[in-house]
Amino acid sequence: MAKLHISTSINGEATEFLCEPHATLLDVLRNDLQLTGTKEGCGSGDCGACSVTVDGRLTCACLVLGVEAQGREIGTIEGVGSSDKLSVIQEKFLEHAALQCGICTPGLIVSTQALLQQNPDPSEEQARYFLAGNLCRCTGYDKIIRAVLDAAATLRAEQQGAA
Amino acid sequence: MAVVAYNAPQSVEEAIDLLATLSATSAATSAATSSATSAATSLATSTTRARLMAGGTDLIIQTKSQSTEPVLVVDLKHIAEMMSCDLGAAGLSLGPSMCCAEFTAQAGVRDVYPGLVEAADLIGSTQVQGRASIGGNLCNSSPAADTIPALIAVGAQCLIVSAKGERTVAVEDFVTGVGRNCLQPGELLKRILIHRPAAGSRDAYLRFIPRTEMDIAVAGAGVSVTLDQQGICTAARVAIGAVAPTALLVAQAAAALVGTRLDEAAVAAAGAAAAAAASPITDRRGTADYRRQIVAVLVKRATNIAKQRAQASL
Repeated sequence: MAKLHISTSINGEATEFLCEPHATLLDVLRNDLQLTGTKEGCGSGDCGACSVTVDGRLTCACLVLGVEAQGREIGTIEGVGSSDKLSVIQEKFLEHAALQCGICTPGLIVSTQALLQQNPDPSEEQARYFLAGNLCRCTGYDKIIRAVLDAAATLRAEQQGAA
Repeated sequence: MAVVAYNAPQSVEEAIDLLATLSATSAATSAATSSATSAATSLATSTTRARLMAGGTDLIIQTKSQSTEPVLVVDLKHIAEMMSCDLGAAGLSLGPSMCCAEFTAQAGVRDVYPGLVEAADLIGSTQVQGRASIGGNLCNSSPAADTIPALIAVGAQCLIVSAKGERTVAVEDFVTGVGRNCLQPGELLKRILIHRPAAGSRDAYLRFIPRTEMDIAVAGAGVSVTLDQQGICTAARVAIGAVAPTALLVAQAAAALVGTRLDEAAVAAAGAAAAAAASPITDRRGTADYRRQIVAVLVKRATNIAKQRAQASL
């Protein structure tokens, strides 16, 4: 089967890859581009472990074909923070111990970033609904929600300080 | 099924040409078109079946099934006409491939079609909302699809196009069975058309699931009612989902509402008519009896919500 040549942008960097028409964006990220921060949980769009953004919109990489990345801007966990400095959301997840096994964490952080871009001051209920597609089997969610709300408050304070 | 090729037509005409080529089974032709995306197409032959993809939240999962049937995925998200949403004086013309997250954020749509927005807002997680579309929900034709009863309640029409021309089918006639609809080979759903409701006319959609989020309907009900200045119901549409092989438009339930002030007795009669029209199955989500009772409750509650909204719009 002929592979297709795809030109895309991943975390702001122009990226090219070859992929088979049946490969999902998740397959491409993990197996071809070695961007293994995006995790595979269910592979059917139910668990959110593979949350990424496509042109800024949050979705599951397992529900996107690799070929659909053509001309799009993909955002993954590798684009959040840097190896020198964690993002506020990442710091708050550590501070609140909002992770145990860690498989759901990259997806939750990508989703939290999408939530806070859309709504910088979410209520607990709004945060819980927005993140309902990110399943965690360890924490019971309370610490995650505390981290999310603390990150939101910290980012708002930073925003006000900058203004 | 196995995805052996991918094509992203840039216009409805290009998509129709592609489908016409594929549905002509005589020659083993390449499905490649002359467009800029033709480089993304290969290996499609007469044995390859085209599968139309909007958000892909159902289709991509289906492609991971055991069957090895070769399919050409035709991505309908590069066609501007199928991705736009126009709300005007005459009503709503919706591109079927627009994702639910974008649809529910459209200015004005929630005021005019609150029930349809409620239904679109219930499909899956935030992540799924970023891909899944109303057109895809309709064409996947699941008995439990949330937007189908909501579309029926507001009298939505499907504008279907093929090489032979256009035809219009009411949503209640579009779905023909579990996972089946009236689209013929070579046809595609181009737009979903909904008249603008008059003042005094509004809709509501409710579904029941055992959790608060992210589940498939045990039963669903879409209702639209029209009230005159005196508060008398002059028109109604009641549609129920997940309680029969297809969503049903229940004329008897609407008849129980028309001519009344939507008092408790009339609303209860509509619920009872919906339960009588249902032919549910028993599965792990609920028994048939349970579904029949639940659908009556949902019809009553959705009618009361639609009534309040209709009053507010007068």
